[in-house]
This record gives sequence, structure tokens and C-alpha cells, in this order.
Amino acid sequence: MTTQSPGRPAVWPGLVAVVAVAGFCYLFLRVEHQWAVAALAVCAVVAVLAVRRTAWPALAGAAWSEHPTVLGWISLISALLFIALFYENHFALLMLATVMLYSVACLGLTIQFGYAGVVNFAGAAFFGIGGYTAAMLTLHTGLPHLLVIVIGGLMAGLIGSVLVLPLLRTRGHYAAVITVAFAILFKSFLEVNELLGGPQGLKVPGLRILGWSFNSNVELGRDLEVSFYASYAVLSLALLAVTLLMVKRLERSWVGLSLDVVRLDETAAAVFGFNVAWWKLFAFTLGNVCAGIAGAVYAMMIGFVAPASFTFAESLILVSIIILGGVGNPIGVLPAAALVILLPEKLQVIQEYRFLLFSVFVILVLLFRPQGLLPRRLREYYAGWRRA
Amino acid sequence: MDLGLLGQYAFNGLMLGVVYAMVAVGFTLFFGVLDVIKFSHGDVLTVGAFTGLVTYLGLSAAGVTLHPALAAAAMIVAMLLMALLGAGIARFLVLPLRAAPPINVLLITLMTGTVLRESIRLFYPSGANPKPFPHLLPTDSLSLGSFTLRYDNAILLILGLASIVVIHLIVTRTRLGLAIRAVAQDGETAQIMGINFQAVVLITFALGSALAALAGVTAGLYYNEINFGMGLLLGVIGFSAAVVGGLGNLYGAIIGGFLFAGLQTLGAAWFSVPAYKDVFSFAVVIVLMTWKPSGLIAERSAERV
Repeated sequence: MTTQSPGRPAVWPGLVAVVAVAGFCYLFLRVEHQWAVAALAVCAVVAVLAVRRTAWPALAGAAWSEHPTVLGWISLISALLFIALFYENHFALLMLATVMLYSVACLGLTIQFGYAGVVNFAGAAFFGIGGYTAAMLTLHTGLPHLLVIVIGGLMAGLIGSVLVLPLLRTRGHYAAVITVAFAILFKSFLEVNELLGGPQGLKVPGLRILGWSFNSNVELGRDLEVSFYASYAVLSLALLAVTLLMVKRLERSWVGLSLDVVRLDETAAAVFGFNVAWWKLFAFTLGNVCAGIAGAVYAMMIGFVAPASFTFAESLILVSIIILGGVGNPIGVLPAAALVILLPEKLQVIQEYRFLLFSVFVILVLLFRPQGLLPRRLREYYAGWRRA
Repeated sequence: MDLGLLGQYAFNGLMLGVVYAMVAVGFTLFFGVLDVIKFSHGDVLTVGAFTGLVTYLGLSAAGVTLHPALAAAAMIVAMLLMALLGAGIARFLVLPLRAAPPINVLLITLMTGTVLRESIRLFYPSGANPKPFPHLLPTDSLSLGSFTLRYDNAILLILGLASIVVIHLIVTRTRLGLAIRAVAQDGETAQIMGINFQAVVLITFALGSALAALAGVTAGLYYNEINFGMGLLLGVIGFSAAVVGGLGNLYGAIIGGFLFAGLQTLGAAWFSVPAYKDVFSFAVVIVLMTWKPSGLIAERSAERV
């Protein structure tokens, strides 16, 4: 990978991009003062607009498409270093892990909406199914926690497929509307169900893998205590890396091609022998499994699940993330998730207004830049495929 | 169960049915002319109900005490303003996306609904809490054994039915209705025939939204309480009713509305927990959609979107 043949794009612009993004995130998580946060956000917008006028985005894009493996590893290692830098900061690590888990859920929605064209307006409900499953299983059974996380995902996938299976024969967006109904009813169902804790919700015991409890701080030496959120951040990072890799591989495989065909023209897909209903069901289920797994880990991390966290408005936030990021672009999900989750947390002024704010954002994006901030690119079957 | 209680259930069901049918008719009109699902419809209803409340508060602060006049004013102001809002949404958010995939229209109207809903929650004084809606119609009642019929509810029921009949007459008997039906059948041909496409679309959206405003004020007068989230579920129910009846068909929407209300009333009689009646109704609706994907009364030459 490191051999430099003539004319082959260099690695370093991609490296610069990774460092620049990481540096900005570091600053953003470190600043506390409200004005500093706002100024930094404005700087980011200006910087992005300025860089777009230069050749840098093309160079960095070329570097990524040429050296995905090297840069992927570099990003992963930088992310680990990043977590290490914040080792004692509970809030920053919680935020990081939250962004990563929401990204995993949104990658699930990307498979559904971006590839198969099935919109899911109940993303938060499937996230919640994962969380509630994890809560019930850890409270009432002695199953190993890794298995609990997986079961959380499978449960979300199962309930989702039972929900839309009957509707897949129909054309149009009826399945989407049923997910709206499900998202609204899910919360009222949780609120009246005594077994699931009613409006108060349930406490969830912390994650424990191979006897290592995730909920106690790690002491290294005498004066070095690592926040317990660091373990969750590392786990979330691993989950995100695996999901991202899966989605990228899925996209360039025959599976991704089939899903694209089904989305772009159902009639043509059926003529060419694609089982349209099956592919939609596959994408819907796989996406919900991602959301459920992320939800299970999230519930264990924050220690409780309650109906108020899984409302319809939260589901719309998830949809906003993928539309802002660029529908069908798995990489676009990451900055969009960071924006949608971090900005209201850091900038307290807009916390109350976030649903309003991001709805307006999405309306503007749909009107003026429907492909999203980072549009989906043509698929690349292997590194440097487009260069030739 | 005695006859009086049964009558009470039936009346409540009818009342719900009228409100649902009014919402469903809007969905069916929009789908008819533009083949789009406008999901902000339920939240337009909420804004309509709040407009009615504000009109009442403003007029009673100005010294008007005659209750029927207040009720009429609340309804008329809400209908006029929501007609404007509906036409505005069509003009600036739905029509510009005509060339985009239909799912984008669903998304943008869903987000518009969120903007309306959140605006009420954030900017109406303590808008996150339910607001009491005044009794404006005579609340005397007629008792027949254990069945009591309150006059205000009877008036609301008749008013709702009348509004649906009026919409039906407009669509079937007037030149405007002819234009609406022409656009619904084939927009391009209608334009060739000299029909102003955009004007017809805007008027249709105004009509549907005015009906939603009336439904909102009706719901307020019936339950004597409104809140910022009331339109969300009403919108989904109205849409499901329109789909079950057959999107694009007025009769279908009305039948769908009453069917959904009937299911909910049955559900309420069966289950002790109120939330389960909605779960039950939606489950039946899903089954119905699977059984008849183009609705109970299918649109002729239907190409489902």
C-alpha cells in the first residue's frame, strides 16, 4: 500500500484531513464557555466554506479512495488516541460514545433509506427496543452481557420485520407511515406497561464482559484514574468501526447493488427477477438490528431507560442526521451525528430548540441541497477504481 | 351492557368518526390533485385549534360575551388562517419539490409539521401544557334513560357532517370542483384545457386545511382541552383512514374515518388500558391495507405511488 507509483494520489492530504477534523473536535469538546462554543461553530462553517473553494477536498477524497485501508487504520488509531486524551473527562467521553452509538443507529437507517429506499420514522423506537431488551435481560436473567447486546439487536429486527412484513406487498410509502404510527404508539405503550416500569422506566445494570465491569473507573498506577465512560467509548468505537466497515462492504457488494436497483425502480427490479419485498425486508431488518444493538449499549451506558428518550421527535432527529449527512453516504452520517448531538449539548441556548432547529435545517436541505451536505458518491469496487 | 351505555359508545364513536373523516378528506384531496402525502396536515389542525382559542381569548378580552358568536368567530378565523397556511405550505414547500422523489415531499411536510408543533410548544405561553378550551355551545342535555345527549355535541356532530357534505358538493357540483377533478385525473391535460394548475392546487390545499382547522376547533370544543401534540396522532389516524378507504376518493375517506373510530370504540370497550385501543385499531388497519392495498374503494386506473 505504501509504494508510490507515479501519478498515484498521495496519502498525506487524507492524513491532514483526519488530523484537522480530530483537532477541531478536540477544541470543541474542550471549550466550556458558551461564546467560545458558538464562535468555534461559526469558525467551522467559515472554514468549511473556505476549504471548499480550494483543491483540498478533491485531494483528500482522492487520498481516501486510493488508500482506504491505511487511512481507515489511521482514523481508528486517532480515535483511540482521542479517547485517551479525554481519559478523565466523564462528559466528553459520554458525548463521544453517544455520537458513535447514534452513528451506528443512523448507519442502520442508511441501509434502510439510503440503499433500499424504505424510510423508517421509528428509529428511536427500535433503539429503545434494544435498550429495553437489554434492561429486561440483565435484570431478570444471568445471560452474558455480550449476548444480551446481540439479542437486543435481534429483538429490534424481529419486531420491525413483523411490523412491516404485511405491508411489503403494497407499493408506495405505506410502510413509512406505519413506522410513524409505531413510533407514536411505542412511547404510549411503554408508559402504560407496568412490567416495563411505566413512565419512570427501568434502571439498567452496567455492562460486564468476562468479569470486567464497565461501570467502575479504571485505576492505572497511583494517580491515574480513567473514567468508566472510556470503556464504553472504546466499545462504541469498535461497534462503529465494524458497522461502518459492514455498510461500506455491503454497498459495493452485489447486495448493495440489488438494494440500489430496488430503490431506483421497483418495476424494473421485479422484471429482472429481484424479489423486491424480500430485499426491502432484508434492509429494514438489518438496519433495525444496528439500531437495536446501539440502543442496548446506550441503555447500559447511561444506566436507565425511560419512554421519554424514545419519542417520535427523537426518531425524526435520527432521520434528520441521515438527510443532513447525505442520504446513502455512510461517512456523511458521522459529522451529521456529531453536529446534531454535540451542538445542543455544548450550546445550552439551543438545547430546548433543537427539534425546531433541526427540522428547519432539514427543510432547507431538502429545498436547496437535497443530496445532503456530503452527497453519496458513486460506488468504488476497489481502491483507486475511478482513477483509471 | 345496557342500551343507554351502548348508545353512548355509539355516539362517541360517531363524534370521533366525524373528526377523523374531516382530517382524512384533507389527505385524500391533497393526494388527489398532487399525488403527495402532506404530513403536516395534523399539525395544521393543532395550529387551527390554537388559533380558535386565541380568537376566543382576544374577543372575550374585547368584551364579546355571546357564546355562539364566539364559537362561530373562533371557527371562521381558524379556517381562514389555516387555509392561508395550507396554501402557503403547498406554494413554498410542496410545489417546489414536484420534480424530486415523492418521499422528499413526505419528509419535508413531516418536518414542517414538527416546526409547527415545536413552535406552539416553545412560543405559545406555557405551550408544553394542555390548554383548557372553553364551553362555547349550550351544554344542556337530553336524557333518554342512561343515554345523555348533550346539545353541544349534537351541534358539533351536525356541523362536522355538514362541512363534509359541503366539500363533497364543491368537488362534485361546482366549476372549481370540476377543475379539481380534472387536475386530479391528469394535471398536464388539465393545463392544456386552460385550467390554472397552480391556482387549483393552492385552492385545494386551502380547502383541506380549512377543514382541518374546523376539525381542530371541533375537537377542542368536544374535549374542552387542546395540546400541542394533538394533531400528530390525529394526522396519522386521518391518513390511515384515507388509505384504508382508498386515497384520492372522498367517500373512501369518510368511510375510513368512521371505520377507524368504530375500531377505536370497540377497542376502548374491550381493553381497560386506553393506549391499547390505538394499538388494536392500527393492527386492524395494517391487516386491511394488506388485504386491499389500494383501499376499500379503489381509485379507478390506480397507479399507487
